Amino acid sequence: MELTTPGVATLRRDPDQRALGDAETADAALAASGDGRAFERLYRAHVARVHSLVRRMVGPDHADDIAQDVFVRAWTKLATFRGEAAFGTWLHRLAVNVILARRTTLGTERSRYDDSADILDGVAGRPAAPELSMDFEEAIGRLPDGARQVFVLHDIEGYRHEEIADMLGIVAGTSKSQLHHARMALRRQLER
Amino acid sequence: MKDQWTDRLSEYLDGELTPPERTTLEAHLASCDACRTTLDELRRVVTNARALDDRPPTADLWPAVAARIGLSARVRARPAARRFSFTVPQLAAASVALALLSGGAAWLIGRRGIVPIPPVLVTERAPALLNASAYPGDARFAAQVADLERAVARGRGRLDTATVRVIERNLRIIDRAIRSAQSALAADPANSYLNLHLAQEMRRKLELLRQAATLAGART
Repeated sequence: MELTTPGVATLRRDPDQRALGDAETADAALAASGDGRAFERLYRAHVARVHSLVRRMVGPDHADDIAQDVFVRAWTKLATFRGEAAFGTWLHRLAVNVILARRTTLGTERSRYDDSADILDGVAGRPAAPELSMDFEEAIGRLPDGARQVFVLHDIEGYRHEEIADMLGIVAGTSKSQLHHARMALRRQLER
Repeated sequence: MKDQWTDRLSEYLDGELTPPERTTLEAHLASCDACRTTLDELRRVVTNARALDDRPPTADLWPAVAARIGLSARVRARPAARRFSFTVPQLAAASVALALLSGGAAWLIGRRGIVPIPPVLVTERAPALLNASAYPGDARFAAQVADLERAVARGRGRLDTATVRVIERNLRIIDRAIRSAQSALAADPANSYLNLHLAQEMRRKLELLRQAATLAGART
């Protein structure tokens, strides 16, 4: 899968982090030349973000395996990182690609993009245990696959509907509809 | 309660309605308590989503990653304990890898008809790194840089232009990081993190120059 630079989904960086970004670009160059310590620094800097993305997209059961896959893939693709975007942005898009490629084996394919609001109606109101209120992350995890992936990519990661549609193989209208349904389901969690 | 506008509220929130639609919806919101409430809730959902913290995995994945890519997990990043050293292991391997970094330039290096390049690799910005007293290793560092730059200059004719571009670009990146660290240290000379960061960047510059020198066949 070709890696491209996303339009809006970038690491949340402020200008003060530019020096850090430069250091990461240098680390990426060193890692591409075989420097394992440089690559471990990159891993340490980004593992929480990558793992969180994976966990939110596919759930906790496979998160460790897929997060490992992301970094293994990054290692093999470092030569394609040209420093045109921040390393974190490049890694993030690579992570999305790895996650989406794994959807097939995880059974979360396009057929799961059910546009029915009924499926979402009880999502946030179905607690894991009656005595416990779900936190927001848990509520996201209870969304149907399609709605969850669109919500994560749009509202958490900052991708545009057109980009999401391209990544997921759906039309932008479906992405918008899924997002709205996800938000409507999650707003009930706020009431708890 | 749900009306014809309820399903458009997310689009409104995201600024995706056309101007006429937006005007109509805003007029509706002025008179519909239910839609105003729903809009506020959707806005809170979006706010919550943007405020989520990233959490690392409960177990360290690095040993498994390192094993899968053929690295020893014992090779650990030690930014806080790195010694300011000028030794660089595995020059030969690094030279091959640097060629990969140049986007496939390695195979170009060995082919005939390499285009000679102007002597631009030796950066004229190098003296800027020689005068700072922000780090005690500067004098030694400057001498090392100068030696390596001369070595690279001697062998620059063996490098193709793509490789030179990659090396120069990475040197510029590292130089920027060094200058940033030096500037920050001028304001806060005792900052241990900045001192370590500067040392790390200086070492990176030396490593890259050594790799370039190796590629150019001009070992020092």
